[in-house]
Amino acid sequence: MSLISWGMYPKIDNEVHKLTTTAVLKETLNADNEFIAFGNGRSYGDSAINENIIHVKPYEYFLAFDENQGILHVQAGALLSDILDAYVSRGWFLKVTPGTKLITVGGAIASDIHGKNHHIEGCFSECVVEFRIMLANGEIQTAKKGDELFLATCGGMGLTGVILDAKISLKRINSQFIRQTTIKTKNLKETFDAFEEYKHLPYSVAWIDCLATNEEIGKCLLMVGDFADDGDLRYKAKSKLNIPFNFPSFALNNWSVKAFNWLYYNKAPNGVSKQRVHFDSFFYPLDSIRNWNRIYGKNGFTQYQFILPKESSFEGLEKILTKISKSGKGSFLAVLKLYGKENENYLSFPIEGYSLALDFKIEKGLFELLDELDEIVVEYGGRIYLTKDVRVSQETFEKGYPKIEKFREFREKNQMSKKFHSLQSKRLNL
Amino acid sequence: MSYVLIVGAKSDIAKELSRVYSKNGYDLYLAARDVNELEEFKTDLEVRSNMNVELVELDITQFDSHQSIYSSLKERPLGVIVVSGYMNEQHVVEKDWSESLNTINVNYTGAVSLLNIIANDFEQEKRGFIVGVSSVAGDRGRKANYIYGSAKAAFSTYLSGLRNRLFESGVSVLTVKPGFVATKMTENLDLPEKLTAQPSEVAQDVFKAQQSGKDILYTKWIWRYVMLIIKHIPEFMFKKMSI
Ligand SMILES: Cc1cc2nc3c(=O)[nH]c(=O)nc-3n(C[C@H](O)[C@H](O)[C@H](O)COP(=O)(O)OP(=O)(O)OC[C@H]3O[C@@H](n4cnc5c(N)ncnc54)[C@H](O)[C@@H]3O)c2cc1C
Repeated sequence: MSLISWGMYPKIDNEVHKLTTTAVLKETLNADNEFIAFGNGRSYGDSAINENIIHVKPYEYFLAFDENQGILHVQAGALLSDILDAYVSRGWFLKVTPGTKLITVGGAIASDIHGKNHHIEGCFSECVVEFRIMLANGEIQTAKKGDELFLATCGGMGLTGVILDAKISLKRINSQFIRQTTIKTKNLKETFDAFEEYKHLPYSVAWIDCLATNEEIGKCLLMVGDFADDGDLRYKAKSKLNIPFNFPSFALNNWSVKAFNWLYYNKAPNGVSKQRVHFDSFFYPLDSIRNWNRIYGKNGFTQYQFILPKESSFEGLEKILTKISKSGKGSFLAVLKLYGKENENYLSFPIEGYSLALDFKIEKGLFELLDELDEIVVEYGGRIYLTKDVRVSQETFEKGYPKIEKFREFREKNQMSKKFHSLQSKRLNL
Repeated sequence: MSYVLIVGAKSDIAKELSRVYSKNGYDLYLAARDVNELEEFKTDLEVRSNMNVELVELDITQFDSHQSIYSSLKERPLGVIVVSGYMNEQHVVEKDWSESLNTINVNYTGAVSLLNIIANDFEQEKRGFIVGVSSVAGDRGRKANYIYGSAKAAFSTYLSGLRNRLFESGVSVLTVKPGFVATKMTENLDLPEKLTAQPSEVAQDVFKAQQSGKDILYTKWIWRYVMLIIKHIPEFMFKKMSI
């Protein structure tokens, strides 16, 4: 069995070592090989892929829950959805969650993921009290906020060791529903104004129609909201629709994307409207379709996600959106988000500003287009998100991450660069 | 409080069943040999669900111990699920009588010994549910695993008789016939993806079927039709096939 990541590209043969006990893991790491941890493969690219993989997902026990402080101690393979299944009905929710709940706690730490509330709550590492990690020599260490090991591991893409378990703090909720406001805008200027106007609300995200042209560039549906307060916590996870096979690649082209965006945009009422929606559809709209990645066909796809500093966001985004709409390469998903302050971690993605994420089917000419977009990102002082990346150049990457040398030194000093590698880390010399 | 007794609790299917039942508000007795290995799992269940979980040391082939173990449960269970099973490779089993006997005892005799006791109790109480995890392998003898299959066939027949006997007292009996399931037992086999269920799917199916009072459950559902066809191939042809 070989494991592939969510983008289904690249596909290489790999040996999978299931994490069952720490003793077995220690023995595995003893071998004269390089390894990389793999959670649930929801990263899009090659950050969890190598010839030897430590499959952490089977290591998924819950260890303790402190009901007074809301601190959960859990093994790194547990999925965020497992946590929600267990605790929403008891009035607890994740402090930070990405757009899918099908990721492991270890994956959340290694990518230092962010959610729709980054401008208020920051990254996942904010809610991590401490974690235990197995280092290159098989030794187990505990890392707390402020430790160098913590700074390097949160966002460190599995390159410092195998995260074993973590204590994370949950937040109180009093409903499984979200009070949502949807704002429909006509162009990028309106979109930015709307983000600013609503930034006091904890959750916000915008769907951009990235095929819009000229004055309409940047038109979007901005969705903002917070948990309701109606005491309804009778949560039952829903079963899922499955896409059982890969769509033929012609199913996804410019026209189908246009049609999708048109439908999505046009079903929303003009101006500002209010809805009450379930948290599952607010946070995880795509999770209800199992294996939706197969829509892109067997060649796979990638997500291009970059962030620009606030001062240069408007200009940069306008340029990039213009380029994409001219290229005619479509994306079902074009998600725009406002971010808060940068944290101290060496390789965490967010900086204060705006980020855009777009899905692209892998096809001829795509990487050339993305290289061109990279140039604009660099020009405006931005950076690329490693967990979604499968093709960025070392040069572009390094320009965005000034703390990379600290990360490299730390890895060198602790023999991590001898033991932990992914295809990505080799490509980027991480 | 309402306890469900899960017998053979270390198996992958049993673990998923434990999660489903505790999540739905049941306390659990987890019975297995050498329950020490289940300590971490017990904690996992308790942390996830806030329900009680107790470990019960039980060997399904130690028939003499069943009555006293059952009597010593601090509270009688509301339901019992027998998941214990044993399957070694046919070529080993057919040459080694102790392997044959163990196959029969784990899959059939032991289950009968335990369920006789519990059935009598439930009948008297006029409540409770019994779930037996048998196998599609019991639907027809195949050269590939007929010793295992025949023990499962006997178990299925036992459950069907028990169901008829207990019907009047309001005790339900569910026979579960899984096809291929992706478990530790089948990890190294190359199973067809479309016919292979995940343990968590099996557990969800069992819970639903048990709660709605179903008699027989094929999981995945497609196995019902697969076995319908296999059962109807005439023996003179079947013996020439390598199914
Ligand atoms: C639909 C969708 C929406 C998404 N939305 C967001 C979003 O809003 N925000 C966001 O930040 N991300 C988002 N993501 C990306 C996703 O959250 C991250 O890629 C996450 O890290 C995936 O976790 P995983 O468990 O699947 O890990 P994998 O994909 O298996 O691994 C990701 C990285 O984590 C490392 N890793 C995994 N487990 C461990 C461990 N135990 N110890 C050490 N290293 C480990 C791997 O080596 C790899 O580098 C989204 C992904 C999808 C598919």
